[in-house]
Amino acid sequence: MPVRFQLNGVLIEEDDVSPSMTVLDYLREMKGLKGTKEGCAEGDCGACTIAIQSALGRVKSVNACLMLVPQLDGMSVTTVEGLSGPDEAIHPVQQAIVDHHAAQCGFCTPGFVMALHAFTQTGEALTYDSVHEAIAGNLCRCTGYRPIVDAAVSLGSKAEKLIPPAIEQTDYYTDGNEDFFAPRSLDQLVALKSEHPDAFILAGGTDLGMRASKDRQPYGQVISTANVMELNQIERDESSVMFGAAVNYTRALPMLEEIAPSFALLVRRIGSRQIRNLGTIGGNICNASPIGDTPPCLIALDAVMIAHGSSGRREISADDFFTDYRKTALGPDEILEAIRIPVPSPDLIFRAYKVSKRFDQDISAVVGAYALKIENGIVASVRIAFGGMAATPARAPACEAALMGRSWSMETAMVAGVALSEDFTPLTDFRASQDYRTRVASNLLQRLYLDTTQPDVPVEVMAL
Amino acid sequence: MSTADRMDQIKGAVHTAVRHDSAENHVTGRSVFIDDMPNVPGTLHGALVKSPYAHARIQSIDVSAARDLPGVHAVLVAADIPGRNDVAPIFEGEPILAEGLVEYIGHPVAAIAAETMDIARAAEALVVIDYVELEPVLSIDDALNRKSFTSPPQIMRRGNSIQGMADAPHQISGEVRCGGQDHFYLETHIALAVPQEDNDMLVYSSTQHPTEVQHGVATVLGVPVNAVTTEIRRMGGGFGGKESQSTIIAALAALMAAKTRKPVKLRLSRDDDMVITGKRHDFLFRYQVGFDDNGRIEGIDILMACRAGNVADLSSSVLIRALCHADNAYYLPNAHIHGYPCKTNTVSNTGFRGFGGPQGMVAIETVIDHIARDLGKDPDDVRRANFYDKADRDTTHYGQKVEDNIIMEMVDSLSREIDYPARKKAVAAFNQENTVLKKGIALMPVKFGISFNLPTLNQAGALVHVYTDGSVHLNHGGTEMGQGLYIKVAQVVASTFQIDIDQVKISSTNTAKVPNTSATAASSGSDLNGMAAHDAATQIKARMAGVAADHFEVEESEIEFRNNRIYARNDSISFAELAQLTWENRVSLSATGFYSTPKIGWDNDTMTGRPFYYFSYGACVSEVVIDTLTGENRVLRTDILQDCGRSLNPAIDLGQIEGAFVQGMGWLTMEELWWDEKGALRTHGPSTYKIPGSRDVPPEFNIHILEDAPNREPTIFRSKAIGEPPLMLALSVWLALRDAVAAVGGPRCVPNLDTPATAEAVLRAVDDARSRAHGG
Repeated sequence: MPVRFQLNGVLIEEDDVSPSMTVLDYLREMKGLKGTKEGCAEGDCGACTIAIQSALGRVKSVNACLMLVPQLDGMSVTTVEGLSGPDEAIHPVQQAIVDHHAAQCGFCTPGFVMALHAFTQTGEALTYDSVHEAIAGNLCRCTGYRPIVDAAVSLGSKAEKLIPPAIEQTDYYTDGNEDFFAPRSLDQLVALKSEHPDAFILAGGTDLGMRASKDRQPYGQVISTANVMELNQIERDESSVMFGAAVNYTRALPMLEEIAPSFALLVRRIGSRQIRNLGTIGGNICNASPIGDTPPCLIALDAVMIAHGSSGRREISADDFFTDYRKTALGPDEILEAIRIPVPSPDLIFRAYKVSKRFDQDISAVVGAYALKIENGIVASVRIAFGGMAATPARAPACEAALMGRSWSMETAMVAGVALSEDFTPLTDFRASQDYRTRVASNLLQRLYLDTTQPDVPVEVMAL
Repeated sequence: MSTADRMDQIKGAVHTAVRHDSAENHVTGRSVFIDDMPNVPGTLHGALVKSPYAHARIQSIDVSAARDLPGVHAVLVAADIPGRNDVAPIFEGEPILAEGLVEYIGHPVAAIAAETMDIARAAEALVVIDYVELEPVLSIDDALNRKSFTSPPQIMRRGNSIQGMADAPHQISGEVRCGGQDHFYLETHIALAVPQEDNDMLVYSSTQHPTEVQHGVATVLGVPVNAVTTEIRRMGGGFGGKESQSTIIAALAALMAAKTRKPVKLRLSRDDDMVITGKRHDFLFRYQVGFDDNGRIEGIDILMACRAGNVADLSSSVLIRALCHADNAYYLPNAHIHGYPCKTNTVSNTGFRGFGGPQGMVAIETVIDHIARDLGKDPDDVRRANFYDKADRDTTHYGQKVEDNIIMEMVDSLSREIDYPARKKAVAAFNQENTVLKKGIALMPVKFGISFNLPTLNQAGALVHVYTDGSVHLNHGGTEMGQGLYIKVAQVVASTFQIDIDQVKISSTNTAKVPNTSATAASSGSDLNGMAAHDAATQIKARMAGVAADHFEVEESEIEFRNNRIYARNDSISFAELAQLTWENRVSLSATGFYSTPKIGWDNDTMTGRPFYYFSYGACVSEVVIDTLTGENRVLRTDILQDCGRSLNPAIDLGQIEGAFVQGMGWLTMEELWWDEKGALRTHGPSTYKIPGSRDVPPEFNIHILEDAPNREPTIFRSKAIGEPPLMLALSVWLALRDAVAAVGGPRCVPNLDTPATAEAVLRAVDDARSRAHGG
């Protein structure tokens, strides 16, 4: 079956494009749509931003450089060329950029236009804060952003909502050399994984996509989880929330806000809007990167990973999931089906702190996640986990021991901070030195103390 | 230039906020960058084989496996170059492909042309090169110790700095470092070379310097300059990174095109762009200074050592500009400023907006800050004590009289506008109340010299045609990289002819139309090209006036061009009618214009003269907050007052001010070039090298363009250059961070804060300040 999608209003069927071709290359080289630019090929500059929409979904900004052509199956795709009206009339987002002198060299401009177009489709209020979040994935080196943000805020929320057509999707695509499987059900997914244990499991592709965009390597076989119904569910009962492994960050955010606002704040700093529209918590976990942002939170919150293989389902605690540098406890025939997070009790204090060079869209030097209960001034329970401090996201047992049963004071926090040096010997790299990681991880305990005991005193620069 | 003094009625006159000429094309994706040009069938794609060693001898190169890969058309090494393997902009010996020796990680060794980019990149790994590793020099300190330089040290001297320091009541010394900066233009380096008849070569190059590309390609191909044409419509950002570096890329593309006789496109991936091409120079400064009780400098010695990288490129010029801005806005009575372009086994650094000026200012502002904190004074009082006066203390350490000094008035005006004293008190009060978060506030004055330091470069040409329907074709030697040069020069031509700007067709910069141009650099684009275009238009206008005078039977002095018409007493005709009439009378409607900046001169032996036609001024106050637990920091508010002379286009100038400030802020805070112990750059993409995003811009960001401030020199419509000067206003952010760190250390704490002031650097400075306060 070919992949079918609508491109700027025209239905397209493709049956001989390599499944390893990026959407960016496809648009530029095969369709002659040169408005979409390559600035970095790693999903960090936003010059390749386009808008996609599934039949039932909302409009999403995504990085065309990180997407593979079969991921467009069933989508309505809009590029900067498709925004103008039938009479070539300039779109209101475009007009606002023009009116505010918000384009200089113009290379980043189509990406900003598309990010803002997608943003106006979400129905969110256009405030300075929300606009920053919407364009955090778009870099401009000329303007200093002020006119772009002003242009966005001037738009107001009066965008006409687009209704996409329903387009039949395929569950298998091949160009004769490479295979792209898009199973619909968990059973099909598990069967495909046992049949093709070496196939790449593609969730959002925001990390895996770099194999095509930067390394220029074919994939051979890809199994996409995007259309697996069971993996796209979010279910809540009294004691826990279950996130299907293919739920992207943007969809997960409202539920995370409900159960753990500090976790949600951290997730808003993962990648950019474009990345979060594709990237999934499941992907973040299965990558098992030592600097992934969600794993420390999941460990601190005592989450459980639901693995599914040919012999059925099993549960793995987040503590035990990350076995080594970029290695997980999943067996060769297993996939991650879901993540179950216990709903924190009202007396559980949960905080997540991320330290990086840039507030938005940066990879952490250190992430600390803290879940603790204070009863009568005494630390009654505690789970603390860090990212960026070891080869895997990991708990901090010595630090926890220094807290457990002690009175919750600045002195205790400082002692617990010092105890971290027994837990971790971090590396020096281009994000941070060993000294800095050690020192910050320790100091964050002091922030935690102040944050949890003196809510009126600002303890983070973003609070001002 | 009488038209400038009257309110123009035409659309798009000078001094009005006309939109960028490409604004609508940019937002609709219709603007064509080089990679967007339609593919000519048969076009090949280039890739480069790069050295994995910082310093190594090449024993042998075996390209056979790469050459045999299906789809590969050529694998070229230095020996394949028909002409000279040298594109040095100032000195000699800067090959486009390494010859026998690689000198940095990323040094191109071979160029591959293949049918697709993927094939070309796949072939990279098939080139077998046998290296013998040599010991690399990787740091400024190491190079300085070994006296390893790319060109001779440069020394500026006035009076007797040793005596001046010795006689002063106070002496201090110190050291500070500032980091480099990647340009991170959104469009990476690209060139498309298309072979023509007779071995001619047409090169589309994303370059700020089409003439140098033309020369470099001719040199490498061994053909005369007239066999090469360079064209560029627009760059996706330049910032100095495409002044000399684009010649390397264009020459490589042209070499492959010449060898294969096919068009070759060489577009660098972001990683290759950041690894292969040069950046802003990082510097090490060591200073000694003597001063009086008011902090007034009596003698100063500053060592400025920059990382030139493996070859000289523009480093000697960057260094001169750094030396020339060691004063910023301050009078240095006895000064010894000595610069060293350090040769290291890292990529050759190059021009970047400010071109050494910002780095020179980091040195002197550190000195001022140090003096103030040493004396327990407000740094702004020390600044005022040292500002150039309007008489006596008014000559720079390189001998140029500062004739247009307005720095004190600007600082006073900005301070009043923002109630600076009250803001300082509020910051102090905040710091009293808060232990974890600390605020800082600081003022940065800027005096920046306008003109290329080398007088020869201060010239420009233009070509203007008027067609018989009254429409105008405009061409000049300046290039468009987003800064709005094309629209500014079009405004000049529209105003000169007194016609609407939509009658003026802006055209791509092309070496066949206007030859022997200088780079669009040194903020000089509109000063030079605006004047050249004005000259061309004025010549044509005079000829047309003659035709009109004959036609109306009046004196030429009675002819007036106004609002798209030509008036003579009570009669008038349209500009188009007069154009037709001029043609009918067999009078030329085409002219070349030329401009060379007057008054300037420079003696490179004594390092004295008047290198700058005039100075541009600015003042800026920034307020920041730091987290003393993590070093995280943020700018809360910035207020700017910038001198634009009589702005040619206030909207464009505002964009330049904002963009330059944010770029400077990135340089000084979060942008960190991180090299590993082998000399490999490990921050070579936006996932690892962080430039500011929209949320990093000060949430309160007020910019005022100085009003009623025509340039005292007769520049184009009395405007001033704007490209670079506002970048240095961002030093206010770094000075405010120092101020916040000092608040941790208490009275007389002199912070140790180099740039970039990343969270890590700030925390280190905080810990250092704290430890000195508690027992240090």
